[in-house]
Amino acid sequence: MGGFLLRKIGAALVVLFLASVLVFAGARAIPGDIALALGGEERNPQVIEQIREKYGLNDPLPVQYVRWVGLALTGDLGRDSRELPVGHTIVTRLPLTLELAGLSLLIAALIGLPAGVIAAVRRGKPSDYTATTIALVGLSIPHFWLGLVLIIAFAVELHWLPAGGYVPLSEDPVENLRHMLMPAFVLGTGFSAVLMRQMRSAMLDSLASDYVRTARAKGLSEWAVVGVHAFRNSLITVVTVLGLQLGALISGAVITEQIFGIAGFGRLTVDAITQRDYSLLQGVVLVAAAGYVVASLAVDVVYSLLNPRIRVGGRPA
Amino acid sequence: MSYVEVAPLVTPRARRRRLLLRRFVRRPFAVLGLVVALAFVVSAILAPVVAPANPDATDFNALLAHPSSEHLLGTDELGRDILSRIIWGARASIQAGVLATLLAMVIAVPIGLVAGYYRGWLDPVISRFTDVLLAFPFLIVAVGLAAILGPSLLNATIALGVGAAPGLIRIARGEALALREEDYVRAAVANGAGGPTILARHILPNMMNTLIVQATVTIPAAIIGEATLSFLGLGVQPPTPSWGVMLSAAQPYISDAPRLALYPGLAVVCCTLSFNLLGDGLRDVLDPRTQR
Repeated sequence: MGGFLLRKIGAALVVLFLASVLVFAGARAIPGDIALALGGEERNPQVIEQIREKYGLNDPLPVQYVRWVGLALTGDLGRDSRELPVGHTIVTRLPLTLELAGLSLLIAALIGLPAGVIAAVRRGKPSDYTATTIALVGLSIPHFWLGLVLIIAFAVELHWLPAGGYVPLSEDPVENLRHMLMPAFVLGTGFSAVLMRQMRSAMLDSLASDYVRTARAKGLSEWAVVGVHAFRNSLITVVTVLGLQLGALISGAVITEQIFGIAGFGRLTVDAITQRDYSLLQGVVLVAAAGYVVASLAVDVVYSLLNPRIRVGGRPA
Repeated sequence: MSYVEVAPLVTPRARRRRLLLRRFVRRPFAVLGLVVALAFVVSAILAPVVAPANPDATDFNALLAHPSSEHLLGTDELGRDILSRIIWGARASIQAGVLATLLAMVIAVPIGLVAGYYRGWLDPVISRFTDVLLAFPFLIVAVGLAAILGPSLLNATIALGVGAAPGLIRIARGEALALREEDYVRAAVANGAGGPTILARHILPNMMNTLIVQATVTIPAAIIGEATLSFLGLGVQPPTPSWGVMLSAAQPYISDAPRLALYPGLAVVCCTLSFNLLGDGLRDVLDPRTQR
């Protein structure tokens, strides 16, 4: 187990290092002079030169990279074009997105898991076709359009829910939930479709396996066979897939926050790109990539705890 | 009486093709997907012929007009015919969907084949690099690339294709890894065939099914991606019609004329759904592993 863990951590560190190089290079590939962007309205060459000096933009790129990573390791991601600390901005924006993501995953699990189980158990029956078709429709709807349709229906026509904005949980939990309901549903539907399909195929595998046949032969009730044996074993596969969906979750959050006017991490990312705020952009994308790497590592570890064959077998397929 | 060898009228390959076709036709949803997807492709190609009006012609006497016999889906805030704009918008979507998928395949398949077949030091290098690329959320890569390259349909297509490549590299590598252990590959090696020959004649043809299925699911993802980038202002630029541009322009009129936002979105959903139905059907037909 120790060796397996070390190998996985090593690979994660390599990925993280390469990701940081890519982030650094990518931020510099965006056209436009960084110093001019930082200067805002300022066009005085002397001031621009001062900015260049101050941010160390005259140093060779490798020097700039090492300085940036060194500071990032201590938690200092530098300052954005408005002189605000990037790390602090990210920390204040992140909870909104985490809440959105958590609620979406909850909605996705509540819809997707039961639907997947039912579709698998009733395979080939009308309920299976209905569930698989609805899931496919769910995969085909762009987040931003579903968001617009929900706003038209529940905010413009029915006046049941606010069209956008955010109220902190600590201020008013009920209002917070009212504001989060539509965005979380928009982000959650796509995932429920993914979860449903994964759950269905994992359940079909489980239901065809020897241990399910044994459980049936023992005379266990159908409920115990499906609910305990097949479902719990299928869940392992589904959890793995879920962990790898983090990237899609961030992509979805970007667009959902844009539609509903939530000033979260996703919105921050788009703003950083459109405003050419390179230090903000570096910080945001680095945090997103680090989150993905850590999540994949966590999934690997959880998976190996649940399924010993992985760590004993050594070589992953 | 001498015995004359008669060549079989039906070759095994043709028989297999007919079997696949029969299996496909038996899936109503897959056939429906194929028909609708083809309809979108054809109307995109024939947009100048099919569209009832010029998509850019403004009619200031009919701003935000309701659907009528003259304008089947009504007009937008500049009095342009919505149906015609949706039909012309299909061009941007189909072009982005198909070209981005082709680009992703052209990048990913050779890299995946080399990594999976030759292994050695190349495999871990390529795999780690793919891991790195996969660590960036697809949309952020696409948004970032579109920002670096500048907003246009071509650049959005490039961004989507490059963004979709890492996932495909993984799939192509996995297939090559599995296929290289097959007996017919070993037989070819024993016969003295070189790497490139084996890749081109044995491995690539045998992973075609997987690639076709992947293409039919990458196309709808790229279509949604194009609509998303255009919606964010990083793809097709107004006044060129595109579904994402139309949805973005519809936002201010959401309470007065919600149909401006409904129709282009329905077009996106129908188009992506048709490709997804087709892809699911093809997967069932072509991939024997899902035939339980």
